[in-house]
Amino acid sequence: MALLVATTLALVACMVMILARALLGPTVYDRVMAVNTFGTTTVMMIAMVGYLMGRPEFLDIAIAYALINFIGTVAVLKFFEVGILGADSSSPSEPSAREKPVE
Amino acid sequence: MTENLLILLLLVMLIVIAVAVHRLRSLFAAAMLFGLFSLVAALAYVLLDAVDVALTEAAVGAGISTILMLSTLALTHQRTEARHRRHLAALCTVIFTGAVLLWATTDMPGFADPESPVHQHLAPYFLQESASDIGIPNAVTSILASYRGYDTLGEVVVVFTAGVAVLGLLGGRRSSGRQRREED
Repeated sequence: MALLVATTLALVACMVMILARALLGPTVYDRVMAVNTFGTTTVMMIAMVGYLMGRPEFLDIAIAYALINFIGTVAVLKFFEVGILGADSSSPSEPSAREKPVE
Repeated sequence: MTENLLILLLLVMLIVIAVAVHRLRSLFAAAMLFGLFSLVAALAYVLLDAVDVALTEAAVGAGISTILMLSTLALTHQRTEARHRRHLAALCTVIFTGAVLLWATTDMPGFADPESPVHQHLAPYFLQESASDIGIPNAVTSILASYRGYDTLGEVVVVFTAGVAVLGLLGGRRSSGRQRREED
């Protein structure tokens, strides 16, 4: 239990620091990196909270978050690479169309 | 206790991010911070046990919205225009409305109060009987997928129609040969 609480506290500290980087970050790359890292921290946080509250089923949600985080980062990086989204290639629009029906 | 502290911390983070989004001039950074905002909100929802809402928030808020905003940015400018002068009347209106709404919340039942009216009518039946009625352990899922099945089907039809309509609108403006051939 102490291990779980300590890990959660460490994650909270990480979140605060990442948030500071996202808010201050002089370049946009700092912010992209911060958002991506924050997503990863969120995934770990959900997993830790699941074990803390005695409901490890939350792991499924953590996995779904990891997927969403990945798709978002790919979209952002494509924006940098190509400068435009969707018109010429379908990679970012396909996952978004699949996510839409979630109520 | 730990949970409440965590939620409080997340809410403070939400306020900080919202203020930062308002103050930023670079629209790209604002879009990134919006994604961050959604992630923090989703984490708070998970802590409040609203897992399905959290999943939707992460998928729509952090996933689709960021992509939509980036696609918009690709077509427009990346920085805001010079800031307009402050509108005192608007500020007063917003503060007044917010204060009135805050005052109204004092009449509402306490947070997660099992005695509140909304939890007295149908909720006890669903909580006790849905597992044996439907056979799904999660009460929310059984309400969405079975008790309210037709409603959910209607929602899916609406979302599907909207998606098809948007695809039709966007597809009509494409002129590249590859897309034409795919449509044929």
